[in-house]
Amino acid sequence: MLRRVPLAFAVLLGVAMCADAAAEVIHRERSLYQTILITKTDRRLCMQFSVRAKRRSQSCMDVRDPQRLLFTYTRMTMAALLVKPDPARVLIAGLGGGTLPTALAELLPDVHIDVVEIDPAVYAAAQQYFGFAASDRVKVHVGDARVFVKRAGARGESYDIVILDAFGGDYIPEHLMTAEFLEESRALLGPDAVLAANTFATSGLYDHESETYRAVFGMFFNFRLLESDNRVVIAMNGPPPPKRVLRANAAAWAKRLRPYGVPIKEYPDRLSLAIDWDTAKRPLTDQYAPANLLQGD
Amino acid sequence: MPRILLVNLLAFGGGFSIMSLELLGGRILAPWFGSSIYVWGSIITVFMLALAAGYLIGGTLSLRSPTLGKFGALFVIGALILYPTVLLAEPTMQWVFARIEDPRYGSLAASLALFVAPTVVLGSISPYAVRLLVRSREESGRVAGTLYFVSTLGSALGTLGTSFYFVLWFEVDTIVTTLAAMLLAMGLVAAAVGRFDDNAA
Repeated sequence: MLRRVPLAFAVLLGVAMCADAAAEVIHRERSLYQTILITKTDRRLCMQFSVRAKRRSQSCMDVRDPQRLLFTYTRMTMAALLVKPDPARVLIAGLGGGTLPTALAELLPDVHIDVVEIDPAVYAAAQQYFGFAASDRVKVHVGDARVFVKRAGARGESYDIVILDAFGGDYIPEHLMTAEFLEESRALLGPDAVLAANTFATSGLYDHESETYRAVFGMFFNFRLLESDNRVVIAMNGPPPPKRVLRANAAAWAKRLRPYGVPIKEYPDRLSLAIDWDTAKRPLTDQYAPANLLQGD
Repeated sequence: MPRILLVNLLAFGGGFSIMSLELLGGRILAPWFGSSIYVWGSIITVFMLALAAGYLIGGTLSLRSPTLGKFGALFVIGALILYPTVLLAEPTMQWVFARIEDPRYGSLAASLALFVAPTVVLGSISPYAVRLLVRSREESGRVAGTLYFVSTLGSALGTLGTSFYFVLWFEVDTIVTTLAAMLLAMGLVAAAVGRFDDNAA
């Protein structure tokens, strides 16, 4: 046993080193909020944020097939279309390389998308390296998502899909995880609109976060796949639509989503309403939001 | 001797409260103005300005027959000004949010409205404490040095305790309320001791 551990480590280290050696860092920048790295292999272009030593890819693009969504969680976010198949207005918190807004703008020719990104350097890198372009239909707002959501609510705006994907690097913006923020986001949802949040499946935060969503939305779809450490929360204003509606929407979308590598027909059966967390855990609020401290539990 | 210990203890509590409140300031403002770097810039600027004013005021107050009782009164006033922060924070920030679009100036205005008054009072503690303990010109530097040491140690502990533990255990409002209660208790103890001590001295 003792001999095996170092061996396993050596193998892992070797794999990690190979992966690293193959990726070339073509751009490195220390922004106000993080260090942004753009890395490139012969097939992949990635944006990574490294807040500490650990790197995590935020956004990757297949150079030869730029449409394909390479991350499981990005593909999972498309499950929002199962609930709201014909959105006219979409709000996305967190730009990254811009793969998600680009894909949605291509898929939905009449859609209007607002993207909120806190870091101007991320926006610049998305434009420079990932071919992301804002337009009349896709607007980027540089600023804090909490402030944007509050102002949009005060203006009485509404969206058909709200996507929360503002969790970069290792640090979690705690004011974007609270029940009050989810209430404000929920207030932006039209009658049959949907909120999709890319969040954590493994950390000590899972129970707290799940309780927070439950406090605000009541029932919600928990969407997890074995291949990913992320989970996507699919929450809506009203009661969750029945499975047959989800399946019908999946069938309608399957062909169009194929070039993006999204196996949407598999998704309806994976959306679960079951409570698989400790309901005794405290929901996060503006008054109590130690998300980063709880993550390690 | 108990007088020296008491004044140092109170200076410690003052330093503790200032930094605990400053850290919570970030939490209080985040829902309205975000947690960008300029929000912290606003908070730190306002605390520095308020402390600067507090030092001047505390120094001036110390000229007029200083007593332990009046020193205690500073804490009581600090507590009474700090507590309403809990109640007024939301409506104040809502008011500012509706009028100032730019979150930089919004967070600055909100910080000014919420944190100047209590921090000015807490800032006046240190120079007043120096005056209470200095007996001769020779020892004045050492007395001031010890008080800075003690109050800055309090600040360090207030920072660490708040960011590592208090936010994990308590709600923000509970922590601010507790700080106010702590200041009130310290002020009352100083006033009580002062009734005997100041008369005796």
